[in-house]
Amino acid sequence: MRIQSTKIKAENLNLFYGDKQALRNINLVIPAYKVTALIGPSGCGKSTFIRTLNRMNDLIDNVRIEGSVVIDGTDIYKKGIDVVELRKKIGMIFQKSNPFPKSIYDNVAYGPRINGLRDKKVLDQIVEQSLRHAAIWDEVKDDLKKSGLALSGGQQQRLCIARALAVQPEILLMDEPASALDPIATAKIEELIYELKKNYTIVIVTHNMQQAARVSDFTAFFYLGEIIEYDETKRIFTTPKEKRTEDYVTGRFG
Amino acid sequence: MVSNMQRHFEQELDSLKTNLIKMGSIAEESVRLSIKALLNKDNSLALRVIDNEERINSLEIEIDNAIVDILALQQPVAIDLRLILAAQKINNDLERIGDHAVNIAESVESILKAKEELELISLPKMAELAEKMLRNSLDSFIHNDPKLSMAVLKDDDTIDDLNRDVFRRVVDRMKDNQRTIETGMGLIRISRNLERIADLSTNIAEEVIFIAQARIVKHGAGDK
Repeated sequence: MRIQSTKIKAENLNLFYGDKQALRNINLVIPAYKVTALIGPSGCGKSTFIRTLNRMNDLIDNVRIEGSVVIDGTDIYKKGIDVVELRKKIGMIFQKSNPFPKSIYDNVAYGPRINGLRDKKVLDQIVEQSLRHAAIWDEVKDDLKKSGLALSGGQQQRLCIARALAVQPEILLMDEPASALDPIATAKIEELIYELKKNYTIVIVTHNMQQAARVSDFTAFFYLGEIIEYDETKRIFTTPKEKRTEDYVTGRFG
Repeated sequence: MVSNMQRHFEQELDSLKTNLIKMGSIAEESVRLSIKALLNKDNSLALRVIDNEERINSLEIEIDNAIVDILALQQPVAIDLRLILAAQKINNDLERIGDHAVNIAESVESILKAKEELELISLPKMAELAEKMLRNSLDSFIHNDPKLSMAVLKDDDTIDDLNRDVFRRVVDRMKDNQRTIETGMGLIRISRNLERIADLSTNIAEEVIFIAQARIVKHGAGDK
């Protein structure tokens, strides 16, 4: 397995919800400008893991984390890390799209505005660029004042991606981004991910193995809080090394 | 804009088709050169056929790998699936056509070394027809034209007749003059290889019909 450049490195990562251990000794290197998919049955820890990458688990009571997550050489769990700055660098897209109850324009401009940007011309540019990069500009450009909630499910999801892109992250985390969408909207999201990886490092959690196969460069198979196998997606879906991986991807369990 | 982008899967299918077409044109060239070597008594052309073998073989491996990846990673269905399944068979057929062209080239080499010449009887006609069948089968794939494929299937009977004709008449000559046996055996081998090339071309044509119409017409099934 060839990894040209590392963006994120999880080292000896363990996570506990109270007494229950949800992540066991995770060691994972996530390459830059690639799509890494996390697959595994329900409850295997993949969503918990992705949330450690932008410290979203901090928001949950009773969570204890041991080990490190190093992004661009810095351990994000070190004392003194500015979590807000961290989350600017790392955008997150959720299974259920969550546009703000605002106009399309204001949804996308929200992040830059919060960061102090007031210049209308610059905001206009950022909004347009972000909507273009999220492959939704042509569909909404004639009515940016329309409410984000008035869009279809697939469009809302792309709006959320535009919103994430507006603060110029380096990493995009996607937790089941297409599982609530119909096949056509799903195909659009998948094709978008394929384009986005030219400029962003992407980590995607999906329970849809075929989606992982179609869209990702690397795949990590999680089971009961551990990584069973991690390799180029091609290898995982043609000649996996572990029997448990093979059993999972062939649908023999999980 | 997502809707204007060619899906990256479609790019992979296009790249697969392009490689198959490339392989087909090298195979066509090999068949043509091997016959020209015989007609012009030119051994250097035969050597070029042997060079082409390497290119054909490495394309076969590349295409095989691409097919495995597409099946594993893209889960093609309907016409895409039929294309992939057909592509795998066409890939194998083209590699074997390349092998038969090499066999012809090697037979030409041995004929040119032999002492006694023999007239070529209907071999030139057979070669022309086999080349035409190969070219048409590949064109039918490029243009997705099952009508052209059907025309290829019809030509196969003529090839079989010509093959039998060559065999009978060469055997007669060999009986008359033992010194012509080496040359005669060479001509019979060439005829047999041309018959195989024609047969493989009909396979390709059958695969094109399968892609376009989801009909399997092998072994006369299309007549029912």
